[in-house]
Amino acid sequence: MPAVSKGDGMRGLAVFISDIRNCKSKEAEIKRINKELANIRSKFKGDKALDGYSKKKYVCKLLFIFLLGHDIDFGHMEAVNLLSSNKYTEKQIGYLFISVLVNSNSELIRLINNAIKNDLASRNPTFMNLALHCIANVGSREMAEAFAADVPRILVAGDTMDSVKQSAALCLLRLNRTSPDLVPMGEWTSRVVHLLNDQHLGVVTAATSLITTLAQKNPDDFKTSVSLAVARLSRIVTSVSIDLQDYTYYFVPAPWLSVKLLRLLQCYPPPEDAAIRSRLTECLEAILNKAQEPPKSKKVQHSNAKNAVLFEAISLIIHHDSEPTLLVRACNQLGQFLQHRETNLRYLALESMCMLASSEFSHEAVKTHMETVISALKTERDVSVRQRAVDLLYAMCDRSNAQQIVAEMLNYLETADYSIREEIVLKVAILAEKYAVDYSWYVDTILNLIRIAGDYVSEEVWYRVIQIVINRDDVQGYAAKTVFEALQAPACHENLLKVGGYILGEFGNLIAGDPRSSPLVQFNLLHSKFHLCSVPTRALLLSTYIKFINLFPEIKGTIQEVLRSDSQIRNSDVELQQRAVEYLRLSCVASTDILATVLEEMPPFPERESSILAKLKKKKGPGALPDVEEVRKEKNTSVNGGVEPLGASATPPSSTDLLSLSSPTSLTPASTSSTAASLLVDVFSENHVPAAPGAPLGPVADDNFSRWASSVVSLCNVRKPLGGNCESPPAHKLSPRRFVCKNNGVLFENQLLQIGLKSEFRQNLGRMYVFYGNKTSTQFLNFSPSVICQDALKTHILLQRGTALCVRGAQLQQVLNIECVSEFVEAPILNIQFRYGGMLQNIAVKLPITLNKFFQPTEMTSQDFFQRWKQLSAPQQEVQKIFKAKHSMDPEVTKAKIIGFGVALLDRVDPNPSNFVGAGVIHTKMTQVGCLLRLEPNTQAQMYRLTLRTSRDTVSQRLCELLSDQF
Amino acid sequence: MIGGLFIYNHKGEVLISRVYRDDIGRNAVDAFRVNVIHARQQVRSPVTNIARTSFFHVKRSNIWLAAVTKQNVNAAMVFEFLYKMCDVMTAYFGKISEENIKNNFVLIYELLDEILDFGYPQNSETGALKTFITQQGIKSQTKEEQSQITSQVTGQIGWRREGIKYRRNELFLDVLESVNLLMSPQGQVLSAHVSGRVVMKSYLSGMPECKFGMNDKIVIDKQGKGGTADDAGKSGKQSIAIDDCTFHQCVRLSKFDSERSISFIPPDGEYELMRYRTTKDIILPFRVIPLVREVGRTKLEVKVVIKSNFKPSLLAQKIEVRIPTPLNTSGVQVICMKGKAKYKASENAIVWKIKRMAGMKESQISAEIELLPTNDKKKWARPPISMNFEVPFAPSGLKVRYLKVFEPKLNYSDHDVIKWVRYIGRSGIYETRC
Repeated sequence: MPAVSKGDGMRGLAVFISDIRNCKSKEAEIKRINKELANIRSKFKGDKALDGYSKKKYVCKLLFIFLLGHDIDFGHMEAVNLLSSNKYTEKQIGYLFISVLVNSNSELIRLINNAIKNDLASRNPTFMNLALHCIANVGSREMAEAFAADVPRILVAGDTMDSVKQSAALCLLRLNRTSPDLVPMGEWTSRVVHLLNDQHLGVVTAATSLITTLAQKNPDDFKTSVSLAVARLSRIVTSVSIDLQDYTYYFVPAPWLSVKLLRLLQCYPPPEDAAIRSRLTECLEAILNKAQEPPKSKKVQHSNAKNAVLFEAISLIIHHDSEPTLLVRACNQLGQFLQHRETNLRYLALESMCMLASSEFSHEAVKTHMETVISALKTERDVSVRQRAVDLLYAMCDRSNAQQIVAEMLNYLETADYSIREEIVLKVAILAEKYAVDYSWYVDTILNLIRIAGDYVSEEVWYRVIQIVINRDDVQGYAAKTVFEALQAPACHENLLKVGGYILGEFGNLIAGDPRSSPLVQFNLLHSKFHLCSVPTRALLLSTYIKFINLFPEIKGTIQEVLRSDSQIRNSDVELQQRAVEYLRLSCVASTDILATVLEEMPPFPERESSILAKLKKKKGPGALPDVEEVRKEKNTSVNGGVEPLGASATPPSSTDLLSLSSPTSLTPASTSSTAASLLVDVFSENHVPAAPGAPLGPVADDNFSRWASSVVSLCNVRKPLGGNCESPPAHKLSPRRFVCKNNGVLFENQLLQIGLKSEFRQNLGRMYVFYGNKTSTQFLNFSPSVICQDALKTHILLQRGTALCVRGAQLQQVLNIECVSEFVEAPILNIQFRYGGMLQNIAVKLPITLNKFFQPTEMTSQDFFQRWKQLSAPQQEVQKIFKAKHSMDPEVTKAKIIGFGVALLDRVDPNPSNFVGAGVIHTKMTQVGCLLRLEPNTQAQMYRLTLRTSRDTVSQRLCELLSDQF
Repeated sequence: MIGGLFIYNHKGEVLISRVYRDDIGRNAVDAFRVNVIHARQQVRSPVTNIARTSFFHVKRSNIWLAAVTKQNVNAAMVFEFLYKMCDVMTAYFGKISEENIKNNFVLIYELLDEILDFGYPQNSETGALKTFITQQGIKSQTKEEQSQITSQVTGQIGWRREGIKYRRNELFLDVLESVNLLMSPQGQVLSAHVSGRVVMKSYLSGMPECKFGMNDKIVIDKQGKGGTADDAGKSGKQSIAIDDCTFHQCVRLSKFDSERSISFIPPDGEYELMRYRTTKDIILPFRVIPLVREVGRTKLEVKVVIKSNFKPSLLAQKIEVRIPTPLNTSGVQVICMKGKAKYKASENAIVWKIKRMAGMKESQISAEIELLPTNDKKKWARPPISMNFEVPFAPSGLKVRYLKVFEPKLNYSDHDVIKWVRYIGRSGIYETRC
C-alpha cells in the first residue's frame, strides 16, 4: 500500500486487526470482537455526528469482522452515508461494504440505488467506475431492474472515457448473465458491435466478452461482428507487436483478446464472404505457423499464452470444419503435443483431437496417431489424461481399426482405474457391437469383457449380447460353444453365468452333439454354479432348466429331480419357489409337443437403438461441450456411411425394461407368468399349434414372457412384421379398423393411459390380453375395467388384479376370454373407470373383436375351390364390392393382410396370378360358416374388386365391409 | 483399550504423542487436529469418530488431551483415565500449560509408560507413582528399596506403601459440592442436582483401617429399625438420598454392598474418596428474581433481586451474577445497592460481584440498557441469568457422621488422630431464565 497521509491511516483499524491476529484462542478473539462491536455501537449511537473519517474507520472494522465470519446487523446506514461523500477513499469503503454486505431485500436499497444513480450521472470517471463495479458485484435482479437501461447508455455514449466503457461493458455482461430477461436489446446493440474497432484494447477485450454472450443468445443481431472480429484478429496476429501498447504478454500479442475473438467467431458458421474467409484462414494459418516457431522466451507464461491462442484457434477450426488443410495441420500440431512434456498439454491435445476425430476431413489424420494414443493409455500417469485417451480411441475407432482398438482397450481394462472402468466397459461393448463384421469376434470380445471386468459390466451390456445372439442365427452355435467353454473356468462372474444360462437354454442343443458338451454335462456345469449366485440369476437358471427339458428330453428326469429337491421347491424365496413349482408341474403335465410350443426358441428382438449407447449418453450427462458431442454424433454416422447395424429407430421409453428379469421383490411378472403358463397348457391341450399371425405364440419361459409382457406395447409400436399400417403414429384414439388384420397393438392412448392388446383366437374361442400402462407418475385409484357386449358374444374377464395402477411404467394385465356364440356385427365395448388426481375418468373403447377373428383357414386345391365357389352361387350368398385403393397396391402387403384377416391364402388357384384367393371357416358356437373370397386388384385404375361367398348372407355382408376397409 | 495418547497445544501442534498399539497410524494425530481442533464448527462432543478411529478428548485451558482407539472401549473408563492423567500431571508439575508440558516432557513420557501398559490403565495413584518416578535426578536405590517398590506395585494395596510414619496423625476431610439449577422466571425449579465429592488428605502412620459414616438414608433407616422410634424420626429428617456414587479404589466394595459401610485403607496424601450425586431435597442457597421490561425499540430495563436462603449465621462468598445483554447494546447504566456491577462488552453481559453475603438477606440491581436499532428482525434470545457463589455447607444436606481410624499394629487409637472436616458448596451451572 502506498504511504498514506496521517489523517487517512486508520490506526484504530490497524490496531484492531493486529489485536485479533494476536489472539491466542477463539474465545479471546470473540471477546475482542464483542468489545469492538460494543464500542462501535456506542459510537454510532452517540449524539454527536461522526465525521467521514471515523465513519469510514468503523465501517471498515465492521467489514473486517464480517469477513471473519461474524454476523453484522448494523452499520448499513453509515455505509450508505459514505456513498455520498466526495472523498474517493470514503466512497470506496462505502461501496465495498455494500457490495459485500447489503442483501437485496433491505429497505436501504432505494437509498443505495439513488447514490449509485448520482455517481453514474457524475462526470467523474472514478466515481462512475466505482458505481459500475458495485452494480456488477451485487448483480442482483433489483440492480438489473434499476440500471439495465443506464449501463448500455453509458457504454455507447460518445463521450465516455475508455476505462468507464470497459467497466460498463463488463457490468452489462454480468447483468446479462444474472437476469438476461431484464436487459433490453435496443439500438445500442448495433453500436456495441463497433466497439470492436475501438482504439483502446481494454475496451475491445471487455466488449468481445459481452458480444460473445449476447451473440450466443441472438446470433442474428450480431452477425456484423464476424467481419470486425476477423479484421481485428488479423491485425493482432499479423502485426508486429509494437502497436499493441501494453497488451503484449511475454512476447505474445494480446493473447486474451485473441482468445476471446476466436471464441466469438465460434458462435457463427464460417463467414460466407470469400474475402473475410480467406483473411480468417490466413489468421488461423498464422497462428498455426507461430506454434512452429521456436519460443521467444523460456518462461512458462509465454508458452501458456501462445498455446491458449493456439487451442482456441484449433477449436475454431474444428467448429468450422470446412478447411481440410487447416484441419490436418491442426491435427498434426496436436500430434506434436501428444508427446509434449507438459501433462496439461497432452490432456488438451487429446481432448481437442477427440473432436477432430469426428470431422470427415481429419479423421484419417487423427488415426495416424493411434499408436501414440495407445501408448499414452499405457504410460500416462494421470488418470484424467488416460480417460481422454480412452475417449479419443473411442472417437477414432472405425471399421478398419476396431479390432485393434478394442483389443487395446480390453488390455487396458485389466489395469484401468476403478473410476473409469464402467465407462470403458460400455465403450468396448458399443464399439464391438458397432463395428462387428464377424459376430463371433463380437461374442468373444464381450465374454472377455465380462471375464476381465465382470463387476463393471452393467445389465444393459449383457442384455445386448443376448439380443444380438438371438437375432443372428449365424453366431448362435458359436456363442453357445464359447459360453460353454468360458463357463468351464472354476470361478466365473455372475454376469457370465447369466449370459451362459440364457444362451445355453436357447441354443444348448446346437452343441449337444459333442460328447464333451452333452446335455448332461451342460446341465451339471450350470448347476454346479447355481448355489453360488444371487436370486435373480438363480431364477434365470431355473428357466434355463425348463428349457433344457424341452431341448433334451433325455435329462428330463435329472432336472425334475433338481426341481423337486427341497432347496428349490421349498425355497424361502417366493420367486424361486414359484418357478420351481410351476416348472416342475409343467414338465410333468405337458406332453412334449406342448413343451415344444411353450418353450419355443425366443423370437428375434426388434431392432432398436442400442441400450448401451443410451446408458453411455446418460452417464456422460450434460457434458462441457454438449453441442460438440451432438455434432460428433451426427458426423459419426455420416462418416461411417451410416452403418449402424442395430438401427437407430425410435427408442421406447425404457429400453432396459426389455429384458428385465422379474426381480424377486415384484411379484407381477411371476404371477403373470404363472397364469400364462397354466393358460397355455389348457388352451393348447390338443396338439395343435395355430399359425397365428402376429407375434409368435410361445410366450415361453417366464423371462421371455415378462420381457414380452412388459414390452408388448412398445413392440407393437415399433415394428410388427405382419401389421398392416403399423407405422401410423399412436393417435389419441386408434381406429379399431387397424386390428382387423392383426391381433396385437396399441388400442388406445392418451396422456394418462395406454392400452395394449394381444389376442389369440382359435375356432370360436378367443383370448385377449389387455395391458393397461399408466403413463403418469401417480397412482390411479379404483381402477375398474368392464366389458359390455351383446348376446352373440360372450366375454368374461378372467383375471383382474389390483385396483390401483402404480407409478409410471407399471403395467396391469388382464385376460379376457371370448366365446363367439353366433355371428355378430357390433364389437364389445371396454369401459374403464378410474380416479386420477381426484377426477373420475371414464374411457370407453371398442374392443377390436370382429367376426373374422374366428376364421379358421382352410387349405384347398384349385379344383375344390371352384367346386365350392359354384355351390355358393345363390345371389344373397355373394357380395361383391368394387372400391378405390386407399393404400399403395403392393401385392406383398395385400397378401399379408389377407392372411391377417384369417383365411388361408390359396396359391395357384386363380388363373390370373395377380388375383388373390382365400378360404376359411368361421366358427361360432352354433354353426360354422364357410367362406371363400377373391380379390382382384387393378393397378392401372387403383381399384379393387372384392368378391365374397359364404353360406350366410349376413356374414358375407359383414366380412366384405371389414375387408374392403383394409385396402 | 487405548491405542495412543496425544497432547496438543491450542494451535493443534503435537506436544506429546505416545502410541501403544499398532493399529493407530501416524495420520491419527493429524486426523484429530484437522477434524476437531481446526474444525470449522466447534466440536462439542467429547468423542469423535474419524475413519473408524475413536478420539476421546478433554481440554484443560488451552491444552487438548486426546486418547485414541480403534476398539470398542468403555468410554467412561477412558475419560476417567484422562482425568486421572490430568490429576497426576497437576500433582507433578502444577498447572497444565503448554510451557509446563514442554518443560516436563521427559517426565510425562515416563508417567505414560507407567500408567498405561499396552493401552491398559495401570496404577495411576499419585502417591504410589511418586515413590518411583521423581522429578529430581535419579537417586540410586538400594536393592531393598527396589524390591520394596516391586512388591508394592504388584501387591494388593498398590496405593499405599508400607512403613509410613508421622509424628502427628492428622486427617483432613472436605465435602465439596456443586449445585446445578435451572429455574423458570416465575421461580419454578426446572431441573436441579448436586454433584459432590469427598476429598481426603491423610497423614497417618502405618496401615490404618478407616471407616467413614455419613447420613445416607439407607444406612440411617437400617439403624433406625434397630434403634428407638424417636431416634429414627430425628435422624430421618437429616438423612439424604444418594442417587449414585463411586468410590476410590481403596474402598472395599464388597463391604459397601453388604453392609453399606465405607471402610478402607487410605492412600497417603490427597485423594478423592468418593463422588456422588443427589437430586432430592436440595437446599438452593440463592434465589434470583429477574424483571426485564422492554421500553420501545431502543431501551431495556432490567431489575434483578437475589435472596440468600440459608442460616443467617453463615456467610456466602464470591458471589457473581451475570446478566446477559442484547447483542445490539450501545450503552448501559447500572445501579446496585451492594457490591460492584459493571457492563462487560466483551462478554455481552453485566457482571455484578458481591464479596460476602449472610443468609436470609436480599439485594437488588437495576440497569438501563440502551439499544441500537438494527434492521435485523431476529429477536433477542434472552439467555438465562447465571450465578456463581461459594457457601460453607453442603447444599445436598450431606453430613459426616464419623470417620474412625483403627491401626492395630501401631499404638495410636482413634482419639489420637486429629480430624478436620470442611463443607464447601459451590455453584455449578446455576441459571435462572428471564
